[in-house]
This record gives sequence, structure tokens and C-alpha cells, in this order.
Amino acid sequence: MLVTRDMTVTVLLFASYADALGRSSLELALPAGATVRDVVAGLASLPGADRLPPAPLIAVNLRYASRDQMLEPGDEVAVIPPVAGG
Amino acid sequence: MRTALVTRPLDAVALLAEVARVANGATVLFVGTVRDINEGRAVTGMEYAAYAGMAELELAAIAREAKDRFGTPNVVIEHRVGTLDLGEASVVIACSHAHRAQAFEAARFAIEELKRRVPIWKREHYADGTREWVDPTRAPSAAAQP
Repeated sequence: MLVTRDMTVTVLLFASYADALGRSSLELALPAGATVRDVVAGLASLPGADRLPPAPLIAVNLRYASRDQMLEPGDEVAVIPPVAGG
Repeated sequence: MRTALVTRPLDAVALLAEVARVANGATVLFVGTVRDINEGRAVTGMEYAAYAGMAELELAAIAREAKDRFGTPNVVIEHRVGTLDLGEASVVIACSHAHRAQAFEAARFAIEELKRRVPIWKREHYADGTREWVDPTRAPSAAAQP
């Protein structure tokens, strides 16, 4: 029997996105096999998410990630606002 | 090669010395500083924030790519985070190479890639007391047009 269990990932928010959601991190519960796309969908229901763009850049474990990347329990997911270094 | 995200003031001259080699006839130094005006608004200071772990990885990757593309391991990049005054350096890039073309190109590559992909953000402090995160993807305001 295939056992699937939910998982929790940490989502980090920075700069204008942290201001929009009023916090710099949150825990998101996701079904097993969830992808980056599911994180983006999960964020959309949070208060203040209307101030985020519909398709923000996402990093997983410190690297830019595609929408199809699968997540593992304990992954660190970051929502990356338009960068402005230099 | 060396890259770092730091909270202390940057020392451009020290970076010049760090990349200097007797075999290299050309050294290029790029210094990015906090400007007093942006899009027509008077700026009084700048606050830099980073996703530190990822920013350090991306900076290191850029230095490696510059080395591979332009054939010089003598690349040093430092970016400062925290609150900076006008005129203070936010980023310093030093590159040396046997020849000037590659030294210029390596420095240019490093700053352009840094601006494109390193997760660092800046919040401008304006003379009227307000603060705003800079979004380079946003169209410039009418005030910035010539």
C-alpha cells in the first residue's frame, strides 16, 4: 500500500513581499508530492497576497526553482522579490 | 576568487591589492555607491537586505563563471548589507587579467549578473521621510524621463 503523508515546508519572505504579508516566514502544510506550483497557490489565499505578483520567483534550498520542482519535507522555500543589488 | 556579503564599510583599495598580480597588466575596479537622487526623488540613504545564504552562493557562482568565461581567477566581489549613507559603497568588484579587454569584461559580467540574480534588495529612504523598496522591473516614473 502506498502511504502518502502531508509535509510542512518553511516559506521565507523578503523585502516588499514580507511587508505585503506582514511576516518574514511561515510554515505551509502541503500534501506529499507537492511542487513549487502548490506553494505559489497556497500563498495566494493568505491576507495581503493580493500585493504579490501572480508568478513570483521561487527558490528551494537556496537555488532558483521551476514550478515543477517537487518538494521534500523540511525544504526551505523562498519567495524572491525582483532583486535590486548593486 | 573570493566573494562575500558583509556588514562593514567596503574597502575598494584593499580589493585592488587583493587581485593584483605581476603577471596581470590590467586591473579593473568597479564601485557601486548610493546616489542622492532616483527617479527624480531626493534620496537620503539606502538600506540593503539579502537572503544571505543564497546571495553568498550566487556571488560565488558568478565569480566562478567570470573565471571560466574570461580566463582569470583574480576576481573579488564584496556586497554590503545594512543601512548606508549617500556616497558609501554598496558593492565593489575587482578583476585583474594579463590584458585589459578580459579585465573589463569580467568586471562588467560580474556586476550585470549580480544585478540580475543575486537576492539582494534595497529600500530607499527619501527626504520626505518615506521609504520604498526598489523594484527594477517596474516602469520608471514620469519624473525619471528626460
